[in-house]
Amino acid sequence: MSLLSIEGVWKHFGDHSVLRGVDLEVHAHEVVTLIGASGSGKSTLLRCANLLETVDDGVIRLDGEEITDPRVDVDGVRKQLGIVFQAYNLFPHMTVLANITLAPRQVHGVPKERAEEEARDLLSRFGLADKAGAYPDQLSGGQQQRVAVVRALATRPKLILLDEVTSALDPELVREVLGIIRELKESGMTMLLTTHEMSFCREISDTVCFLDGGVLLEKGPPEQLFDDPHHERTRAFLQGVRESGRL
Amino acid sequence: MTAGPTWVKSERQQERERFRRSQGRRNASIATASVVVFVVLLATIATNAPGWTRVQAAFFNAEVFRESLPDVAEGFLLNIKIFLITEPLVLVVGLLVALARNVKSPAFLPIRALATLYVDVFRGVPTLLVIYLVGFGLPALRLQGIPSDPATLGIIALTLSYGAYVAEVFRAGIDSVHPSQMAAARSLGLSQAKAMRFVVLPQATRTVVPPLLNDFISLQKDTALVATIGALEALRQAQIHTLDNFNYTPYLVAALLFILLTIPMARFTDHLAERTRRRRGA
Ligand SMILES: Nc1ncnc2c1ncn2[C@@H]1O[C@H](COP(=O)(O)OP(=O)(O)O)[C@@H](O)[C@H]1O
Ligand SMILES: [Mg+2]
Repeated sequence: MSLLSIEGVWKHFGDHSVLRGVDLEVHAHEVVTLIGASGSGKSTLLRCANLLETVDDGVIRLDGEEITDPRVDVDGVRKQLGIVFQAYNLFPHMTVLANITLAPRQVHGVPKERAEEEARDLLSRFGLADKAGAYPDQLSGGQQQRVAVVRALATRPKLILLDEVTSALDPELVREVLGIIRELKESGMTMLLTTHEMSFCREISDTVCFLDGGVLLEKGPPEQLFDDPHHERTRAFLQGVRESGRL
Repeated sequence: MTAGPTWVKSERQQERERFRRSQGRRNASIATASVVVFVVLLATIATNAPGWTRVQAAFFNAEVFRESLPDVAEGFLLNIKIFLITEPLVLVVGLLVALARNVKSPAFLPIRALATLYVDVFRGVPTLLVIYLVGFGLPALRLQGIPSDPATLGIIALTLSYGAYVAEVFRAGIDSVHPSQMAAARSLGLSQAKAMRFVVLPQATRTVVPPLLNDFISLQKDTALVATIGALEALRQAQIHTLDNFNYTPYLVAALLFILLTIPMARFTDHLAERTRRRRGA
């Protein structure tokens, strides 16, 4: 059984159909990447999975439980998911340590000492051990984004959603963030992510999905999707990416 | 220590610093001289103006000043007391009303409507009118447990009036926190209430402090309105002495005391605003 299963999901904003009957499965320990032009609905799909948006039709299941049911315990669902946004969204009035321990303490009832100990372990694992007491605006963009990943990890989610976590970063900072995603994959974390870094996508993904105007046009292992796409539109998109030098 | 060149201050840099220091001294002397000339000029014009002796007798009478100061100052202690009690009450009322206007749960619709009504009413009615209504109206009901002490009634009236203003200040502060902060908190699994308490409110509080202090300066002054319902505070004491002496110096005494209280608060507000500006600019 898949950890996250998305079946026939539709989403409209006004009369604009942003997701049009999307089907997608993410199995445990699998890394699934969404690619597609800007505006094709990648972020919206992640936001639906995290219940930040309400679907207009279709079913999303997390570990077998239907989370698109209006009777579902929203906070309970979110406890099992971690999400990292493009713009980090760290809490500026809290230190790095407080950012990371907020949810474990307030949502999961972990005692302060233990939450901080675990947070420090995670920070040193991602090379941020000396930043525990810093405030977000004292960190570089790459460091902030790594803290955001650690914050999402601290609640021990079953699945992490990563939405273009490198696109707000300078090129030399992209590498450090990609490095920690790589490490997460090695540790067996299940991830659903969107990215513009095609070579990274190719390297890290088990499955790549191409979204085109809200339709999941094709999916497959990265070699197949990048080297032998079935659809003309996928080919055209990849051609555009190649020409802009990102593959 | 890292290897590399060591810095010896160059002759050019030393000359620059000498110039800057001398310029600093020059600026200070010009400012001092300008203030002295200005004050002397103003005093000369004022004291030579026709009617100056009458102004002096009516407003700057040293004897009346000495005589009224103790009573007015004692009255002023009541102003301070009213202010110190009203201020925290206003904060609590303002925050609760702002939060009540923010809850989205349908069960709280009546509370939200009530909070909106409260703000609409008490921002619209002049503070003096609220003080009349509470100060004269409440005791006239002759209900059990209603205080009759004018100072207490004044505190109630001022809290009602200022609570409405401060609620709006808090609401604006809450709105000023970017929605992505709420989304980030909720996506970590925090409930609406916890996200408000740990993420939104602490950030709102920072932007809210300068306008809040401004309202408090205004509240300090408006404690004098409680004179109208008979509380023996500074203005009322000054009024009594003025009528005794047919001289307005006691009012000046009261004014002086109010100014002495607001100036530190005003400078503190400036200081905070400046600090916020610097932080933003950084
Ligand atoms: N809250 C919203 N209201 C209206 N339109 C939206 C909203 N969020 C996204 N959209 C629209 O939905 C489309 C898909 O957006 P998005 O999911 O962010 O695309 P992507 O992440 O692939 O670039 C875009 O056309 C965008 O303008
Ligand atoms: Mg997006």
